[in-house]
Amino acid sequence: MTDLSERDQMAYIAARAADARVNIDLETEGMTLNLGPQHPATHGTLRIVAKLDGEQIISAEPIPGYMHRGYEKLTEVRTYPQITALVNRIDWLGSFANEVPFILAAEKLMDVEAPPRAQHIRTILFELARIANISLFLGDFGLQLGALTMGFYAFRDREHVLNQIESATGGRFHPNFDRIGGLKDDLPKGWIADTKRAMVKLRDLCDETQTLMVGNEIFQARTRGIGVIPADVALSYGLSGANLRGSGVDWDLRRDACPPGLVYDKVDWKVWTHPDGDCFARTWVRLQETREATLIVDQLLDSIPAGPVMAKVPRIIKVPAGEAYVETENPLGAMGYYVVSKGDLVPFRVKIRTPSFNNISIVPWVAKGVYVPDLVAILGSLYFILGDIDR
Amino acid sequence: MISILAAFDPPYWLSTSIKVLVILVVVPTTALILGMVFLFKVMSWMQSRMGPQEAGPRGSLQLLADGAKFLQKEDLVPDGADRFVFKAAPVVVLVSTLLLYVAIPASNNVVVEDLDVGIFFVLAVASLSVIGVLMAGWSSSNKYSLLGGLRAAGQLIAYELPMVLAVIGVVIQAGTLSMNGIVLAQNGGEIFGWSGIGNPYILTQFVAFVIFIAAVQAELTQPPFDMPVAESEIVSGYQVEYSGFRFLLFFLAEFATAFAFAAIAAVLFLGGWAVPWLDTSSDLYWVLGPIVLFAKVMLVAFLIFWVRFTYPRFREDQLQRFAWKFLIPLALVNILVTGVLKVMF
Amino acid sequence: MSSADTTVEPDAVEAAEVPVVDERREALLASLVEALGDAVVGSHIRPLDDLWVRVDREAWPTAAATLKDMGFTFFDYLSAIDWLPSPYGRDMDAQEDLVVSGAEPKVPGPVEQGYAGGDTRFQVIGRLYSIPDALGVHLKTDLPDDDLRVGSWTPHFRGANWHERECFEMFGVEFTGHPNLVKLYLPADFQGHPLRKDFPLLSRRVRPWPGIVDVEPMPGRDDNEEGDGE
Repeated sequence: MTDLSERDQMAYIAARAADARVNIDLETEGMTLNLGPQHPATHGTLRIVAKLDGEQIISAEPIPGYMHRGYEKLTEVRTYPQITALVNRIDWLGSFANEVPFILAAEKLMDVEAPPRAQHIRTILFELARIANISLFLGDFGLQLGALTMGFYAFRDREHVLNQIESATGGRFHPNFDRIGGLKDDLPKGWIADTKRAMVKLRDLCDETQTLMVGNEIFQARTRGIGVIPADVALSYGLSGANLRGSGVDWDLRRDACPPGLVYDKVDWKVWTHPDGDCFARTWVRLQETREATLIVDQLLDSIPAGPVMAKVPRIIKVPAGEAYVETENPLGAMGYYVVSKGDLVPFRVKIRTPSFNNISIVPWVAKGVYVPDLVAILGSLYFILGDIDR
Repeated sequence: MISILAAFDPPYWLSTSIKVLVILVVVPTTALILGMVFLFKVMSWMQSRMGPQEAGPRGSLQLLADGAKFLQKEDLVPDGADRFVFKAAPVVVLVSTLLLYVAIPASNNVVVEDLDVGIFFVLAVASLSVIGVLMAGWSSSNKYSLLGGLRAAGQLIAYELPMVLAVIGVVIQAGTLSMNGIVLAQNGGEIFGWSGIGNPYILTQFVAFVIFIAAVQAELTQPPFDMPVAESEIVSGYQVEYSGFRFLLFFLAEFATAFAFAAIAAVLFLGGWAVPWLDTSSDLYWVLGPIVLFAKVMLVAFLIFWVRFTYPRFREDQLQRFAWKFLIPLALVNILVTGVLKVMF
Repeated sequence: MSSADTTVEPDAVEAAEVPVVDERREALLASLVEALGDAVVGSHIRPLDDLWVRVDREAWPTAAATLKDMGFTFFDYLSAIDWLPSPYGRDMDAQEDLVVSGAEPKVPGPVEQGYAGGDTRFQVIGRLYSIPDALGVHLKTDLPDDDLRVGSWTPHFRGANWHERECFEMFGVEFTGHPNLVKLYLPADFQGHPLRKDFPLLSRRVRPWPGIVDVEPMPGRDDNEEGDGE
C-alpha cells in the first residue's frame, strides 16, 4: 500500500486544472445534469445537480430530502420502545446498529446497566450489523464501477449473516431487538456454532473481494488518486468511520470512547487506517474492517458469559429528566443520539446525528473538477445510505 | 447428398436471394444463440445464480420471449427528438452488422461473396456503426444519450486502429486479404516443418490476437470498455430513449456483431472452418465447415464474455490512453516483427 | 480504553458517596472560561461523561474558534432545542398514558431548560470533539424569541454548513455569515418550521392515535384479541 506521493497528488490537480483551462478556451457551454433522484448509481433517492463542462464537473450539489421522514418530530410523540422500532429504519442495512446508541443514551439517563450477557450479545449483533452493511458495500462498489459479478457474490455471502441475525432476533433487516436494560430475548440453541461458520464464509468473501476487485488493475486505475480528501478537511466536515480512517486519522469510537453497554475492551482487535485519502483507501479500509469484524465476532462468541439478558426495569419506562449523548462507531461512521428527557414516557427532544449527513456534505468540495465517472466512484466510496442522510 | 450440393449451380438471381435469405435468418439466430448461452446462462453460472428457468425447457427460449415482448411495445419517439434520424439510427447499426456477414466464410463455398479483399471489406464495414451510434446519441434530445453517444464515437474510432493494425500482422503472414485465402494458408502451413495442425496464426500472432480481442471488446462497447453504455452512470447512454422494436434492433446488432467478430477472430487466428487433418478441398466441408466454425466461435465468444463479466470499466480517458499509448504501439511493433520474420523465412 | 461508569459504588459502610471529580473536563472548562471570560454563562459536567457549556450569543462563533484552536477539530453536529412544552400533548390516549396520569390529560408545564441553564425558548446546541484527547464539548447558547439570529460556524467548521441549513428550515434560526442559507430537506415553498413545538404533527391531527392496539380488524370479523403493542 504505497503512499500517494506529493508528486502524484500535484499531478492529479494539475491535470484537472489543465483540462479546465482547455474547456474555458474552447468556451464549451456548461450543461446541467441531474444525477437522480432515480438513478442506479446512488443508493436511493439522492439528487445531485452537476454542472458539467464536457465531461468535467464544475460544481456538484447534492439535494437530499427526498426521503425525509421527520424522525426527530416523530420521537417527540413516541415512547422509548416505539422509538427503538422506528430507529431501525435510519440505516436500514445495519439496522441493529441504529438502536444501540439510543438505548445506551436512555440507559445512561435511567442509570441502568444491562447484564454482562446482554452486553456481550449486543456487541456481537452490533458487529454482525457492521458486516452485513459493509459486505454489501463491497459488492455494490464493484457494481457501480462495472464489475457485475462482485455484487452477486457479496449478496450471496451476506445471506449467511442475515440468516444469523434473523435466527437470533426474528428480523433480517429490522431486528428491533435492543431494549433499555438488555435485550428482548436470549439466543437460540446452536446459534453460536452457526455464526462461527458464517464468519468463515465472510472471511472467504473478503479474500475473494481482495482478489477480484481490490487487486484488479482497472479497479485501481479507477480509484487510486481519485477523490483525495486530506485529513484536516475531513475533520472540519465531520467525516467519520472508514472515510476518516481512509484519510489517515486513527480514530475509532469502539476503542477510544467505548460506551458502557458494549464490551470492546474485552476483545483484542485492530483499527485499520490508510494514509492516502482517496477512494481506494476508503475501500481498502472497509475491506479490512469487515475481516476484523469477523474476528471480533469469533472472539466474542467464545466468551459469552451466562446470566440473564434483561436487567430489572419497570414495564412502563419513564426516563428521568436529563440530557445525554451517546455516539458509537456504526458501520457508516459515528452515529449519535442526543436525548433530552423531562421525566416522561416520551423524550422531549432527540437529535439524531447520522454519519452519512456529514459524509455527503463534502461532495461539493470533493467533486470540483472531477469527471462524471469519477463522481460515481467518489459517491460509492463515501458510502452513504439514504435513510441515514435524510432521516 | 453432398455431391448433389457440390453440383448445385443456380442462376445468379436465385443464388443471391438464397444468400440474402440465409443472412437474414442467420443473423438473428446467432444473436439469439450467443445472447442465450452467454449473456443469460454462462453469466448466471459465473455469478452463482441460475439464470432464466421459466421460458422453455430450462429457460432456453427466454430470448424469444424477450423478442416477443419487445415487438409488442409502444412505438415511442421522444418529444424533442429528430424523428427521421432517431428512427434511422438503429437501422444503420444493423445494416453495418448485416454487411459484416457477407464476407465471413463458413466453408469453401458456403460464403455469401468470397471477396478478394475480404478482411479489408470487413474492417471497413464494421466502422459504419459509429455513424449509427452518433445518430442515436444526438437525435434522442437527452443529455445522457448525448454523453453516451459522444463517448461511444470517441471510443469506437480510437479502437478501430488497433484492430486494423492487429489484422495486418495476420495478412502479412498469410499473404492475402481474402478470408478463405487466410483459412487455406493456415490449413496448409507448417510449424517448423511439422504440418500436424497446420499453422493457426494464434501461435505466431498471439500478441495480435490479444490486441484484436481487446479491440473487439471496445467495438462492442462491452466492459471493460463500456463507458458509452455505463449502466450505473448514464443508464444505457445512447440507447436510453429507445424502447420496443428499435431497442431490439440495437440488441440484435450488438450480439450479432459479437458473433461476427468472434467468427472473424476464428478465421484469422484459429484456422476458420478448416480442420487440420482434413484437406480443404474435401466435400465434407459443406457440412463440417459451419460446425467447426461455430465451435471455434463459441470458444472465442466465451473469452470475450468472460472478460465482460469480470472486469470493472475503464474511465473514458483511461480507455483512450490504453488504445493510443499502449495498443497501437504494440500493434506496430507486431507488424514490424512479423514483416521482418516473414522476409527472413 | 475507558469505560465510563456513571454510577458510584456505594461504600460498604453506607457512608456519604464520594463525588467523582472529572479532572480533565474541569480543566477544560477552566481554560474555556479563561479564554472566553464573561461569555460563559453556564455549564454542567456529568463526571466521566460529558461537558455542557452555555455561552453568550455574540460569543458563539468565537467559542467555536477557540475550541478549534484548543484541538477540538472534529465537528460533530449542530442543532437547536425548542423548550416550549408541546401544546398538543402527545395526541394520544394510549393505555400507558391513562395508567400513568390517571385518565387526565397531561397539562403542559412551563418552559424549563435543561443542563447548563438557559433563559429563552430556543437554544442552539452544537458539539465539538477532540480526537487526540477523546473529549467532547456541548456548546449551547440562548436565542431571544424576537431575534432568532446567531453567528455561523461555517468559517471554522465546514461541516456546519448543512447542519445550519437544517436548523434554519426546521426552527427558523438565521445564521449570519452562512454562505447559502436555504432549505435543505423541505421543498422551497414549504411554510412553517416543522420542529418547533407549536407546529403540530399533522398525521395525528388528522387521525388521533387509536390506542395501544393499532391493528385493523380482519374484514368481516370483530377485533376481539388484545395485541401485544409496544
